[in-house]
Amino acid sequence: MDIITILATAIATSTPLIFATIGETITERAGVINLSAEGTILMSAMTGFAVAKFSNSLILGFAAAALVGAAIALVVAFGAITLKQSQVSIGFVLALMCSDLSSFLGNPIVRVEGITVPSFKLPLLADIPIFGKLLFQSDLLVYSSYILILASWFYFYRTQGGLILRTIGEQPAAAFARGTNVIQRRYIYTLIGGALMGIAGAAFSLDFKAGWSHRHTAGYGWIALAIVIFGGWNPLRVALGAYLFGILQSLASVAQSAIPDVPTQVFNTAPFVFMILMLALTSGEWLDKLLAVLPRSLKQGILNIVRTTPPASLGKVFDQD
Amino acid sequence: MPKNLLSLQILKNIPKVTYFRIGAFIVALLFIATIILLSSGSPPQVAIGMWNGAFGSSDRFARVISTLCPLLLAACGLIFTFTAGLYNLGIEGQITAGAIATTLILRLIPEGFPPAIAIILAMLSGLLGGGLWGLMAGLLNIYGKVSEIFAGLGMNFMAQGLALYLVFGPWKRSGVASMSGTEPFSDAFALPTINNTDFSPIALAIAIFALMVTAIAIKATYYGLKLKAVGNNLRAAYVLGIPAIGQMLSSFVICGALAGLAGSLQVVAVFHRLIPNISSNLGFLALLVVMLVNYNPFLILPIAFLFSSLNVGSLELPLSLNLDSSLSGIIQGALLLFAILGEGLAKLSKD
Repeated sequence: MDIITILATAIATSTPLIFATIGETITERAGVINLSAEGTILMSAMTGFAVAKFSNSLILGFAAAALVGAAIALVVAFGAITLKQSQVSIGFVLALMCSDLSSFLGNPIVRVEGITVPSFKLPLLADIPIFGKLLFQSDLLVYSSYILILASWFYFYRTQGGLILRTIGEQPAAAFARGTNVIQRRYIYTLIGGALMGIAGAAFSLDFKAGWSHRHTAGYGWIALAIVIFGGWNPLRVALGAYLFGILQSLASVAQSAIPDVPTQVFNTAPFVFMILMLALTSGEWLDKLLAVLPRSLKQGILNIVRTTPPASLGKVFDQD
Repeated sequence: MPKNLLSLQILKNIPKVTYFRIGAFIVALLFIATIILLSSGSPPQVAIGMWNGAFGSSDRFARVISTLCPLLLAACGLIFTFTAGLYNLGIEGQITAGAIATTLILRLIPEGFPPAIAIILAMLSGLLGGGLWGLMAGLLNIYGKVSEIFAGLGMNFMAQGLALYLVFGPWKRSGVASMSGTEPFSDAFALPTINNTDFSPIALAIAIFALMVTAIAIKATYYGLKLKAVGNNLRAAYVLGIPAIGQMLSSFVICGALAGLAGSLQVVAVFHRLIPNISSNLGFLALLVVMLVNYNPFLILPIAFLFSSLNVGSLELPLSLNLDSSLSGIIQGALLLFAILGEGLAKLSKD
């Protein structure tokens, strides 16, 4: 396999993670942690697959998955924003419970035939040398993920709404004083984020990991949460993190055929481990020590690229009375 | 008339939150019943099936107890990290690390070595392995500035990968490597059980002992008090001169060690070999237990018993009712989810 093919596969197969991580980024930027990603993705993957299969409509499948994702996010929002309970506890319980729900309710459709997203080469763009093959020879879902990345970045940093979104995650009291309904907006962004996570689930079961089996997408929800931190809550960096993970997975499958002695299952866990290690390397104190020996001009540049800080009010209760 | 008044008085004296707790429990049951109906099952049949699955024979009841023991140990460990204000999601990996360390010792034991001493050494090794895994999550958290949730999850993936590598690689069964695990150990390396069931009195004694020590350490020692101070207000504890970093690291290590011991039990008392999914999700289940009892060590035993009965009872579902055994996880999750929501509603109505 040539390098372009490997990269093209990696970019395409990262698509579900793009939806999941951008969804979580939007939620966390508004100050809410939706820790249920693992369960949300499994549950919506199952629902999306079942609805698409029985209605014979991909659109309905994705819509149902988005709805399930938003519904689970609504529980998180209600518990965390209105009832002011621990977001981590609620999200964690939902992550476990919805994983089990997907196994229990999805039991009858394990390993049955379903429908999948057809491939679609973008006319003209697909013929661009290298880039065409890299980016524009897959399907509509992949192209919409590109739009999602760019649109969310534009919304965050170039619009009034995006400015308010970032403010309710950083300084909700200030936003409230300026007349923003913080609670209402946090609800909306949590639901949007949940719906995107739901689409991520359907992107697995209807496209990149077509079909349904027990624990079909196990692990991806947890890694999506890690990628959001790795990406410093910036849509472009988050997307880069998701693609990096996709490339690691592609490399793992290449390495697997090169080193047959090491069992398959080890390579499957390797990208997850590597991603978490990267997280530790970029956020740790050891980075400060390393930077201390570098010249000042270089230091600031590296810090700007590598070091990020979470939204100041992430996970905190806001009293709007 | 006076009798009626009296009963009204009693009703009035019940704190409002109790009503919300009862309400939350009823809503959880309704939710579970709905899920069962959605899968075209019958809730009463499921209840009877699960009861028989857990208590229908002495063999099954023994399995409930053998699930309870590691669950109790993991829950005890989590009491320490929760008291320090930490969500130790790395507990699954700590159980696995303990199981791997135990297996390592049992494989190294030369022939003719007294088995009793071998088992003790193996369990100490499990304690050490789990503690080490906990320490690494703690170091990542405190010096790596990675939230303990992701440090723990990363270490879980790492332990999972290591277990898979060992089971399919160097420790594979002669001839075929498979998910069914390594070559089973000889019976001499198993904890003694009663009447050929899975019930091991030694495992139960260890778990109960750990529970008592945990309750005393948290509720009645200076160490527990300091840990609580760190958990309640990290900054205040630091200002008061409590070495917060040491306290937090120690809670990671203690939790990891107890989880590692749980992993040891999984090897020497339950599976008698290393399997890839040796933790059997008991670590995450223990998190649910500890959250449901609101971090109170005295309530762990009944809830952990309920949860392990559900786990064992649900194994009956695919056999007799053609339903998936994941129902137990739904029941456990729903109980906790609605309890959290109920607690929140109670607070809301007070304001």
